[in-house]
Amino acid sequence: MPIWTLFGVKHGVATSPWPGKEDTDLQTGVLGMPKFRPDQCQENCRACADSCLSGAIGVASGRDGERLTLDYGKCIGCQLCTEICPAGALEKSSDWAFGVRKRSDLVWAEALASQPAQELTTKIQRCFGRSLHIRHVDAGSCNGCESELQALNNPYYNLHRLGIFFTPSPRFADLLLVTGSVTYAMREALLETYNAMPEPRWVMAMGTCAVSGGAAGGGYTCAHGLEGILPVEIYVPGCPPNPAAMIHALLMLLNRAAQHVERGHYAK
Amino acid sequence: MNGTVEQTLRPEEIAPACRQLAGEGARLQMAYAWFPKPGEPPEVLYLVDRKPHEPFPLLRCRLSNAEQQLVSLAPEFPLLGWYEREMMDLCGISFEGHPEPHRLVLHEGAHPSIPPLDPRYPTGQMISFTPEPWDLPAVAGSDVQVLPFGPVRGDVLESAQIVFYYIGEAILYCHPRLFFKHRGMEKRFEGISPLLGTLLAERVSGVDSVAHSLAFCQAVETACQCEIPERAKYLRVVLAELERLYNHLHYLGHLCHTTTLKVGEAEGKLLAERCKQLNAVFTGSRFLRGLIKPGGLRRDLDFEALPHRLRMLEPEITEYMQDLEKTNSHLDRLIATGYLPRDLAFDEGATGPIKRASGIDRDLRCDHPYASYERLGMKTPVRTEGDAHARAQIRMEEINNSISLILQALDNAPEGPVEAKLSAPARAEGLGWCEGTRGSIYYCVHFDDAGKFARVKVKSASFSNWRVFPFTVHDTNMMDYAINEASFGLTMAACDR
Repeated sequence: MPIWTLFGVKHGVATSPWPGKEDTDLQTGVLGMPKFRPDQCQENCRACADSCLSGAIGVASGRDGERLTLDYGKCIGCQLCTEICPAGALEKSSDWAFGVRKRSDLVWAEALASQPAQELTTKIQRCFGRSLHIRHVDAGSCNGCESELQALNNPYYNLHRLGIFFTPSPRFADLLLVTGSVTYAMREALLETYNAMPEPRWVMAMGTCAVSGGAAGGGYTCAHGLEGILPVEIYVPGCPPNPAAMIHALLMLLNRAAQHVERGHYAK
Repeated sequence: MNGTVEQTLRPEEIAPACRQLAGEGARLQMAYAWFPKPGEPPEVLYLVDRKPHEPFPLLRCRLSNAEQQLVSLAPEFPLLGWYEREMMDLCGISFEGHPEPHRLVLHEGAHPSIPPLDPRYPTGQMISFTPEPWDLPAVAGSDVQVLPFGPVRGDVLESAQIVFYYIGEAILYCHPRLFFKHRGMEKRFEGISPLLGTLLAERVSGVDSVAHSLAFCQAVETACQCEIPERAKYLRVVLAELERLYNHLHYLGHLCHTTTLKVGEAEGKLLAERCKQLNAVFTGSRFLRGLIKPGGLRRDLDFEALPHRLRMLEPEITEYMQDLEKTNSHLDRLIATGYLPRDLAFDEGATGPIKRASGIDRDLRCDHPYASYERLGMKTPVRTEGDAHARAQIRMEEINNSISLILQALDNAPEGPVEAKLSAPARAEGLGWCEGTRGSIYYCVHFDDAGKFARVKVKSASFSNWRVFPFTVHDTNMMDYAINEASFGLTMAACDR
């Protein structure tokens, strides 16, 4: 009979040093949200908007003609627009750390307003220190987000090392982590879970479905994610966000990582 | 419908036709309904698997009016029970003499204005819902307790509710209440193009993205009579087997979690993680999304370094699986747990590794080969024990098979284009299938006059296996429940859609 303890010792440490050491996140190759270069965009071309399943790309008419609108909160990262764009205005990228505090930061805007949104975070840090307990609720996902959330507890990401834990009972939870576009059948259970949490409590919308509805949102059973259902502290679009993006968002909540996205612009 | 041998029947002829096919050893695969024209009565279709390497028989039956009742076939063919209930909920068809005429897909208290799959259903209208008491089976006796477990369960799990009737440790009866996650994905396909439909198919079940998009694309290609390039066929096999690999490794790790073999759990999940990282390195997506499209692949993939990476991983996987098979504490919990006899597996519609662990030697990759499977060597693993251990063993052998299939496919893949042009003829129809990680997946696509979808039916593996699962829970004990559920390897998303 194998001695599993010995097996473990023999195989050594498997855990990633990330985020302690930069550039060791090992998301090599993972494609993130498309990069937008409006100066390359051709006039009267709507190829990308027409091929966008979840309506992340749209066309708005203004005084100086039509212009593209881009909402990363609706993007399912299918990469179709990057393949269809004839001018290279939308490019594949490895920008995946899209956790933001304000929903509006996911909407691309021409001019960058400088308004760092740090006021709430000090409060969170005062409440929780550096540790966090999470209650997850699946409100109607495709299981992609769950698969990545489960991966957070594998030896590679080993979420415990960061002082972050999943807890079975909402009574012990600081954070409600919601995946899925919120179906009619899960709505009540979701709200009951939230109400069972002691204050102070926060909500994180994990994955594009929870942020805005995603591929399934707005059907005969689905709402548009948490919009109008619960107050959200951190939005993390992605279909699904990779485990490192999830960790980044959790650390951001605890003020242990910086936000990379402002008004749709990604800067690392 | 392309890809099938059709028979158009009157309602009263369906039962005799099914009986005759069953007498020849055929097995019903699924049934669904659609509305060929808005405002006209629906058509009901029954898909049958008669023999390996023969086209699938398809029985079509047009109702003469929307109120017409059909005779339920569920008493004779129990696996049809859920499909008929689904048609009651979503298409408004009623079945006479159904043994369980309760809500299934829509919960008690959900009241759509008209059946949601009717093309006239208003776009974007949420069904009205006021919670009502559930239809639960009546189980009586002194000391019988009822435990509704879920829909929010411990750990990171998908939402589902399992209602246990139990005395102490002993489970008398288990009644899963599912479809909390019913997202109406089939409806979302209506009116969109094949290319965008692929993105939806990938999101029916995240961990089966390749299997679902593959079955979907094959259905579209069959409908459009499009032959895809050879290279795409081989690369599709590579993608499908990469998906099976990370799923099965995660399965083994999760099974260890339920038997509290901690290091075994860690190792299984670590190996699954490495496989997902390989997916990302070679394709850009940990879930292998955004690669398959109707007509082939969206772009050519460079897998040159993959064989080397897989051969590095293979000894670790082998050592891990051998160690699991030598660990008494682990095996003690698996052997004889969650027993599923062959007849029950056959009649109730078990699929994939579940049916192969109960002695049914069926695998779509061999029986109705698609992509390039017929040119690759593979031996279908079969066990007759029907317990949790057999289900795990099947998956272990499939892991070895997957590695071998990937290497063979990469060896044999020719150079060349990976995409063929495809155009959808008006009102074309096609059937596509795929043996996913969890079993058989079928897609039926119906195009409208404009080359957009009028109806897409999704038959997932977990829909079949969730129906079978409770039969292995009745009369067992609480301690074994989690192990048994893990041994089935079910997902909610694909079942609920």
